Amino acid sequence: MELIQFTPRRIIARLSAGIDGALLMIAVALVALGLATLYSASYDLPARVTGQAMNLLVAFGLMWLMAQIPPQTLMRFAVPAYAAGLLLLIAVALFGDVVNGARRWLHVGVTRFQPAEVMKIAMPLMLAWWFHRHEASLRAREFFVAGVMLVVPVVLIARQPDLGTAVLVAAAGFYVIFFAGLSWKVLLGVGAATLAGLAPLWGLLHDYQRRRILTLLDPTQDPLGAGYHIIQSTIAVGSGGIGGKGWLKGTQTHLEFIPEKHTDFILAVFSEEFGLVGNALLLGLYILLIARGLMIAANAPTSFARLLAASITLTFFTYAFVNMGMVTGILPVVGVPLPFISYGGTALATLFVGIGILMSIHKHRKLVQT
Amino acid sequence: MSFASSPAIVRLPLWRSRFVLLVLLAAFAVLVGRSLYLQAVDTDFLQMKGESRYSRVIETPATRGRILDRNGEALAISTPVKSVWAIPEDVSAGPAQLARLAKLLGVDARELQTKLADAERDFVYLKRQIPPETADQVAALGIPGIYQNREYRRYYPGGEVMTHVIGFTGVEDSGQEGIELAYQKSLAGNAGSRRVIKDRLGRIVEDVGSVRSAQDGRDLILALDGKIQSLAYSALKAAVEQHRARAGAIVVLDARSGELLALANVPSYNPNNRGRLGGAQLRNRAMTDTFEPGSTLKPFTVAVALELGKVTPSSTVQTAPGRLTIANYTIHDAHPAGALTVAQIIQKSSNVGAAKLALSLPREEMWALFHEVGFGAQPDIGFPGEASGRLREWKQWRPIEQATMAYGHGISVSLVQLARAYSVFARDGELAPLSLVKLDGPVTGKRVIAPETAHAVREMLELAVQPGGTGPRARVMGYRVAGKTGTAHKQENGGYSAHKYLSSFVGLAPASDPRLVIAVMIDEPSAGQYYGGAVAAPVFSQVMQGALRRLGVAPDAPMRPIELPGEGEEAKEST
Repeated sequence: MELIQFTPRRIIARLSAGIDGALLMIAVALVALGLATLYSASYDLPARVTGQAMNLLVAFGLMWLMAQIPPQTLMRFAVPAYAAGLLLLIAVALFGDVVNGARRWLHVGVTRFQPAEVMKIAMPLMLAWWFHRHEASLRAREFFVAGVMLVVPVVLIARQPDLGTAVLVAAAGFYVIFFAGLSWKVLLGVGAATLAGLAPLWGLLHDYQRRRILTLLDPTQDPLGAGYHIIQSTIAVGSGGIGGKGWLKGTQTHLEFIPEKHTDFILAVFSEEFGLVGNALLLGLYILLIARGLMIAANAPTSFARLLAASITLTFFTYAFVNMGMVTGILPVVGVPLPFISYGGTALATLFVGIGILMSIHKHRKLVQT
Repeated sequence: MSFASSPAIVRLPLWRSRFVLLVLLAAFAVLVGRSLYLQAVDTDFLQMKGESRYSRVIETPATRGRILDRNGEALAISTPVKSVWAIPEDVSAGPAQLARLAKLLGVDARELQTKLADAERDFVYLKRQIPPETADQVAALGIPGIYQNREYRRYYPGGEVMTHVIGFTGVEDSGQEGIELAYQKSLAGNAGSRRVIKDRLGRIVEDVGSVRSAQDGRDLILALDGKIQSLAYSALKAAVEQHRARAGAIVVLDARSGELLALANVPSYNPNNRGRLGGAQLRNRAMTDTFEPGSTLKPFTVAVALELGKVTPSSTVQTAPGRLTIANYTIHDAHPAGALTVAQIIQKSSNVGAAKLALSLPREEMWALFHEVGFGAQPDIGFPGEASGRLREWKQWRPIEQATMAYGHGISVSLVQLARAYSVFARDGELAPLSLVKLDGPVTGKRVIAPETAHAVREMLELAVQPGGTGPRARVMGYRVAGKTGTAHKQENGGYSAHKYLSSFVGLAPASDPRLVIAVMIDEPSAGQYYGGAVAAPVFSQVMQGALRRLGVAPDAPMRPIELPGEGEEAKEST
């Protein structure tokens, strides 16, 4: 019988088991940029930086944990995770706390969290599992059920209202359905139907959501109200110029002109201080991250792993694109954080769970299909 | 028909992967494009917009110049004060804190709460112009959203004594009346400006530097003599009270330089506390009000006659029987006399005599002299609201008008105009240019009458204050005085009132080498006495005495106490 020896080398080996170096490096680089930017944006709230550092520790722990779980095991969690997420969403709708006019938070013991975040992982997990299970016999019925499984939680989240998370969850689910091979015709049909449904949907939107879309078209219409965010953030981004104003030197940030400067609009802070060069670096890191993720998806051995990896990767893309588009004024302001950069423990945890899953899929790429 | 593209997926469908990659590339291209546009193309514009959000040019106030009297005594000074304002939305304070704030500011707590409840406004003054010590206490409360501005408050040490000359400034520190208004530009100076960086809440975070430094206002040294002014004001006020008059005014001129040494009005007001202020108190009567001067104008009529060689001081004019009727209108003398010399017309103040003299003169000549001594035109000394008075064009004069104008009716003048006109007699025929500000020495004026004429009239005016004249109470111990009384019926409802008088005295001293001209006007004395010689002449005497002593003017008469005339010894005039 072999004794387990706790040598440093072994500990490192055990800790690094299943960790994909490339993904880790990209994520660490992003997180480092994020902390630096947060430090600049938090001159008035220094606790934000230490708070985010704590969040990071938790997130890395989750990532490591997920990286240890083989996809086959993960598959078993798909249904319970999805069911739990759905129940929690219903619970929020019934008993949730209202913060800033939206019912998003659920009290659990001492802390509270946003169950919608769970769906960001549970949704692709569930749908990937679903298509994996019916791999051999994909018919209209399977796609229809998948559609229902997608729409119900999305509607619940959108009604909270939390348009940003709804968009992300819907995107995560859609990517799975898309890669599962949803017919081009159906895709076009649903697309057309969605467009046709936009008019009645407009009526369902909350006033503030409508205003956000309208002011996107012309922010100057309401420079002190709804257009304020967009105008201030475009000014901050543009003020950065090519080289940026330098770390801690962003005037728009430090004079409090940028709203939500720690969270959704942190890109404005980043862009003002690091300029076009900084933005190029940031975009480069995201492209590397997505490229690595898609590579992992392409090499995944099972449908489940492949669909899950592709969906998670494209969700990262969606995060980044929607947030950057919104801060630079080409997309409406929906509450989507900048992945790995924005302040916020729940979002960070979800992102690193995703990274962990990707690592696990990468590690088990050689395993035979079950 | 298969619903899915491929019944069994082993790998991700190739075209889908390519499609996705294409979409990703396009999306990133959009982001890069947008970033390029904002950060490389539109940068200057956006940077400018950004700068306009935090960079502000603020005004730095210039200190208003002081107003000083001719001896350097301060008549108006600016003291630093603070104004407290708030951004109502940002104010957060408990009821106890607000109560303390209200108490410090001296405002009603409920009123304060109402002001702070108005979240619509970004800026509201809570209290302006509080002392710096109180402002420090307010700051010590540490209530967020409450700010302070540095301002200046004008303080007038002279109070009600000087106020009609000095005027005052409004809460924005700009002149509203008097010298403060007339010299606003040079007193105010030029505000400077500084470029500062403000955050979203308008707090100044950084002072970038001065754009233009403030130029403080220049001090203004007035011709006014504070001591003479105080003396004039208190003597006038006492007389107005003693004779229960409506109002009064006094002007003291330096005959050599034309400088205005004193100008006072009653009723007055305290410029430091203008809470309850009526129009009557505000009026600078000496400068802005006109009145029918009455007998004080007779010397000018005589001067015209002497200038034209029509008469000599000893020529006689028959004034019996004490009245003269011209076209339905009869001119009366209070005490009918017989034949009077020209000098006696002045001494006894005969209306009939003056009227007869006037009727022997060409209208245009009389008008010309009146005009040249400054009647009917603004004195133009740069004081706001200077009155010009009324002197009609000579062509319109009917004989009766020419006759009444000879003794100061049918013409209106301001007290300043009258005092200045008398400088002609004091300066041997030259009219003094008036000055509100201190001058270096004597000035030359415009010659109006010959020196001999001026001397002759001055001698007559000396007679008028001697026993037997109308103004013996105007005499000053140690100095020879020359002057003329005036007692005019006031105009009322288009006619002349029987019981309302305007008493005046205008004179100069020392008569041998005149230094000062003083004009006194008492409006509606109603305590029994109303003759200029009884009401206005004593004020003249008192002020002239004090002023001559203050200026150190050498006496030209024996230092003998003045014997005031007994009852009935005094000549009475009718106008």
